[in-house]
Amino acid sequence: MAERASDLVVSSTAPEHASGPVIQLSAARKLYRSGTIEFEALRGVDLAITEGEYVAIMGPSGSGKSTLMNVLGCLDTLTSGSYRLAGDDVDDLDEAELAAIRNERIGFVFQQFNLLPSLPAWRNVELPLIYGRVPAAERRERAQRALDRVGLADRYDNRPGELSGGQQQRVAVARALVGEPTLILADEPTGNLDSVSTEDVLGLFDELHELGRTIVLITHESEVAERARRVVRVRDGLLLPGHAEMAEEVRA
Amino acid sequence: MNWTETLHTSWAAVRSHSLRSLLTVLGILIGIAAVILTVGLGLGTQKDVSSQISSLGSNLLIVSPGSSTDSSGLRGGFGTGATLTTADAEALGSSVNAPDIAGVAAEKSTSLSLEAGDANWTTTVTGTTPSWLDVRSRELLAGEFIDDDDQVSAASVVVLGSETATELFGTTNVVGRSVTVDGRSFEVIGVLASAGSDSSSNLDDVAIVPLSTAASQLVGGAGGDTVSTIYLKAASDDQLSAAYQEAQSVLLNLHGISNSDSADFTISSQDALVDTATSIYRTLTVLLTGIAALSLLVGGIGVMNIMLVSVTERTREIGLRKALGAPPWAIRRQFLVEAAILGLSGGLLGAVLGIGAAFALPGVIGSSIVVSPAAVGLSIAVAIGIGLVFGVYPATRAARLAPIDALRSE
Repeated sequence: MAERASDLVVSSTAPEHASGPVIQLSAARKLYRSGTIEFEALRGVDLAITEGEYVAIMGPSGSGKSTLMNVLGCLDTLTSGSYRLAGDDVDDLDEAELAAIRNERIGFVFQQFNLLPSLPAWRNVELPLIYGRVPAAERRERAQRALDRVGLADRYDNRPGELSGGQQQRVAVARALVGEPTLILADEPTGNLDSVSTEDVLGLFDELHELGRTIVLITHESEVAERARRVVRVRDGLLLPGHAEMAEEVRA
Repeated sequence: MNWTETLHTSWAAVRSHSLRSLLTVLGILIGIAAVILTVGLGLGTQKDVSSQISSLGSNLLIVSPGSSTDSSGLRGGFGTGATLTTADAEALGSSVNAPDIAGVAAEKSTSLSLEAGDANWTTTVTGTTPSWLDVRSRELLAGEFIDDDDQVSAASVVVLGSETATELFGTTNVVGRSVTVDGRSFEVIGVLASAGSDSSSNLDDVAIVPLSTAASQLVGGAGGDTVSTIYLKAASDDQLSAAYQEAQSVLLNLHGISNSDSADFTISSQDALVDTATSIYRTLTVLLTGIAALSLLVGGIGVMNIMLVSVTERTREIGLRKALGAPPWAIRRQFLVEAAILGLSGGLLGAVLGIGAAFALPGVIGSSIVVSPAAVGLSIAVAIGIGLVFGVYPATRAARLAPIDALRSE
């Protein structure tokens, strides 16, 4: 396990993105229009996250944190302002280019796990590699390596229905890791898990952070946010000033 | 995402709802089966007609007498008159007057009862000349045909069709035995090989006697020289219309008629037979084509419907795939391939059904169906095409789904 982990560390520090912040959001605004009603979900957000950071984005529902997450994940584009991901401007990219960016640079972990129920674990994990045009043999090997990494070495061929919630989320983490992305973006990753599984998954994030991964975690639970090194609070489409840096000793 | 992956994923999606997929492709299945049967029936009809033509004798022209008018003015229709004679047949056989006619066989037919021992059988007794065998393209199963000597001496000899022989004697091995026709004893000198049946008569149920014998001993009535039909054989296919013209002018001349519209005879060719047979099957073809077109349309709509259901059901999956990096074209292709697989499945199952029916149906409807590999291949391609065409809209809808909305759907 230790050797595999170090493999991941080495390959995750992509030299071309080594300088500058991984995420650079400037004066980000997002306006939703529904008929005549306008709603400004982001009202001028500046955010920089550097490589290797473990950041929690907190906020009540309706605060704009989901919009922020979608923008960071290149699932949605800004109305105005700019977003640079690993040094590249992603504001004017079309849907196919955004898909390629997501594929290469972002590993998603969702609240609902979003595993395909008909596919065995390793097939779920290899999905990002399929769209990244990685050859089949290499896909399988890398998928299994990622499952080893999250402690599911004996669950390659199990379908999601045969796994516990915590195990399913670990499969999803493996899927987020397998493409060796610049950023791991987790949206309420523990929202559907019991306390044991929550601890399980958060422990995994801690390990990944130790290994140098950049992790952004969206949550509304402060116990979860406390695990991160830095907490960004969102309210009414704005970041709260002076967001607290979490003390090292808070971590269990 | 490469083709192998796309195929794998799409096939898995189709298979995960196998009953639903089967019901979806039912329309295409029926349509394709109908297409294969329609084409098969058309080809089968052609085959039937051409085999009928060859059973009648190729390059054949048939001269029938004109209508008769009795004393009360009642007209009897074509073939009832007594306007053709053995003299006409001789004139048509002249290589000077009719160089394109290779053979002439006059027939004088009547229906009579034949007896052999305790058995009796009523059949068409035909008096004709030795050339009949060649003109009608018939062959002997046993014995020999009537010859010129029989003709000259009006011999009491008969050549039986294979079925006639079987009905009278229970066997076709009857050369040398005798039958009683109209109270006179005839010696069986030959048996004809089987030729099947044409549209109007059974070619194997006949009794052939010399024309002179028929005229003098059997078929009384309207004069000894009259004949009921004259068969003409053109020298080749190409000379058929020349032979037709020659026969027409020879007979008009001989009968002293100047205007061909008032001819007291008709000459028909096999074309008429082809036309009849074709028109009979055309109705069936139109019906089957209609079924095919409607089924394919309904089948296509079915595919579209189920693909829309599939897109709705799998909105989350689409959202996930997009989030993980699937570009719109990959999603579109995945659903198009799924629709094409549905079309292909319908096409293949329809082909199986159609080919099966092509083997089973001829026994029921009595006409042959020829399975054309080209038609099968083409109709399967059409089935795939229908899947693709009706899959475009659902696939485009899937490709256009916004990933965030798709991920959020329940």
